[in-house]
Amino acid sequence: MMQKTKLVEALTGNYAAAYAVKASDVDVIAVYPITPQTTIVEKLSEFVANGELNAELIHVESEHSALSAVVGASAAGARVFTATSSQGLELAHEILHIASAMRLPIVMAVPARALSAPISIHNDYGDVMNAKDTGWIIYIAASAQEVYDTIIQAYRVAETANLPAMVAYDGFLMSHTVEPVELNDEEEVRKFLPRPLRPYTLNPKRPVTMGPLASPDWYYEFKYQQATALREAYKVVKEVDALYGEKFGRSYGVVETYRMEDADYAIVTYGGAAYGNAKAAADMARERGIAAGVVRIRLYRPFPTMDVLRALEGVKAFAVLDRAIMFGSPAEGPLYKDIATVMFMHGVDKPAVNIIHGIGQRTMYVEDMYKIYTMLKERPSKEVVFMGVRI
Amino acid sequence: MKVYYKTLKDLPREELFAPGHRMCAGCGAAIAMRWITKTIGPNAVIANATGCVEVTTTPYPETAWMHPYIHVAFENSAAVASGVEAAIKTLKKKGRWDAGDTKVVVIAGDGGTYDIGLQSLSGMLERRHGILYILYDNEAYMNTGIQRSGSTPKYAWTTTTPVGTALRGKVQWKKDIMGIVMAHRVPYAATASVAYILDMVNKIKTALDYTEEGPTFLHIFAPCVPGWRYPENKTVEIARLAVETGYFPLYEWDHGKLKLNPPSNNHLDKSKRKPLKEYLKLQGRFAHLTEQEIAEIEKELDAYWEYLGKLTQL
Repeated sequence: MMQKTKLVEALTGNYAAAYAVKASDVDVIAVYPITPQTTIVEKLSEFVANGELNAELIHVESEHSALSAVVGASAAGARVFTATSSQGLELAHEILHIASAMRLPIVMAVPARALSAPISIHNDYGDVMNAKDTGWIIYIAASAQEVYDTIIQAYRVAETANLPAMVAYDGFLMSHTVEPVELNDEEEVRKFLPRPLRPYTLNPKRPVTMGPLASPDWYYEFKYQQATALREAYKVVKEVDALYGEKFGRSYGVVETYRMEDADYAIVTYGGAAYGNAKAAADMARERGIAAGVVRIRLYRPFPTMDVLRALEGVKAFAVLDRAIMFGSPAEGPLYKDIATVMFMHGVDKPAVNIIHGIGQRTMYVEDMYKIYTMLKERPSKEVVFMGVRI
Repeated sequence: MKVYYKTLKDLPREELFAPGHRMCAGCGAAIAMRWITKTIGPNAVIANATGCVEVTTTPYPETAWMHPYIHVAFENSAAVASGVEAAIKTLKKKGRWDAGDTKVVVIAGDGGTYDIGLQSLSGMLERRHGILYILYDNEAYMNTGIQRSGSTPKYAWTTTTPVGTALRGKVQWKKDIMGIVMAHRVPYAATASVAYILDMVNKIKTALDYTEEGPTFLHIFAPCVPGWRYPENKTVEIARLAVETGYFPLYEWDHGKLKLNPPSNNHLDKSKRKPLKEYLKLQGRFAHLTEQEIAEIEKELDAYWEYLGKLTQL
């Protein structure tokens, strides 16, 4: 049932995240300031100070401790939240692996930011991509509305799959830009997020040992179960998105497509700025006679293999626009490598170009994206294209 | 400290640290674990740093812990415990905590406290979480094979401070962890030894009760058979000599007042302390020491006692 009255606020991506956390009735929040994440915790601090959110806010002394504290709180049965960016995510990296292996339903927002050195506070996805294989469910949102909706969905997914979930989006380009965001009735959100019965928490009435030592006789089984759980979380993500759509009127799927029905050429990408400009470029290309479309990866982990295959089924050639550099890889783009794997495993052989762009928030012009379509049509590059860089 | 247990007969009977763990024969930390778990009682959550105690007590699918227990990593046990404490607090407020007055206790070794865990410990103390942090100090990274830590004393042999022609064991002095903790103005911090059980359990209970006010800290001296190179039947004797020679004084910091506990309360007078040599000579890690080096350690110890004496005047 859809709610009747609509409450629309002008919010930044970060404030949208904070409103979603408030609506989700989170119990414990641990955060450390880092640009561009900081305004999330500022807003949450306001909510707590005003009594609008009944949560314990732990002002930790590092991101490593932020994630460690929410691991402890989640293990004790609380609903938890943390957020960070860039170096903070790197510092917490050790605990990313442990949080997922301990199967704790933590939700973390990551306004993505470039990694040092040189230090940059601006946006790319170097941080998120370096965390992509840590066992977390990873969403990459493309609007403030989607940030809000996805954080709420992420709690339901995490608490169903017993896995942590990360909700990433463009630092600054989304975290600090204002968009209209439709907010749900908080009572309805709480109904959508019932407290799950978690059989294993730190409770003296039902003592368990968490985080034991595993010998070679056991370690592999732990890791296999973890890998399987993340694969199976795909279904949960889809189900929760559909349920959310029924209740609140907005859903996104795991892969979003734009004008792909009859497209010959596609750009595959992630995040708000790249997707928005690619859509404008597709419109421009179509005006000039190229059947262009865009595919946006919303769910990055577990990877939506079949959805990507289907989306690209009809194209003659496609480009993967990556906003991170994996140094020394056969192709430097992380999403390109994933999609190349998907194509190879399914015997699909068609021209696919890896474009690197928007590094350290280098401006990605619509015209740049348009050139990708003409390149795909005329002569797809066999080499990785570093677009927008002065060489 | 408050005296909860006057004689050995008053000590808690219930065993909450299961047999079958893999700790060494004669392990000082094992003695500490048994008395910590008995004294804190069943209504507590334990957060343990990576280390000897952690690996030897939780070989999946077995566990020595009858408490709810969590191990996450090496450097973050204070942060994990902060999260547990905050969770219990808020779940209580929201009526979703069914276990009553549950305490939160950290157990970490010297590596996890003096070195890699110092930042998260400081954060926990500064934020005033109601947590009892217990350091079991065996003066080196014993779990990884006896490497020097910030707690290893000067001249001690370890595998990373070998005794050679150019260097004679560890070059630096032991870090004053109690001083660091006291500087956070916690309600209560104390030293204790596995050789003085009554003193230790009363301090554990006192520190646990004071968590109502904020963070408390216990520094428990726990000799290590393979790391210190002595026969396994000498653990308690060595721990006792550490106190009797003044090497490891028993004292407590109670709301800004420092008080020496028996027998250390007599040791401001140096003549009441046994010669340091009696403590050093039982351990292989000090076997190479010359008279001159022992004299240097003694001089440093005298200076430390002078400092403690001044603290008792505060």
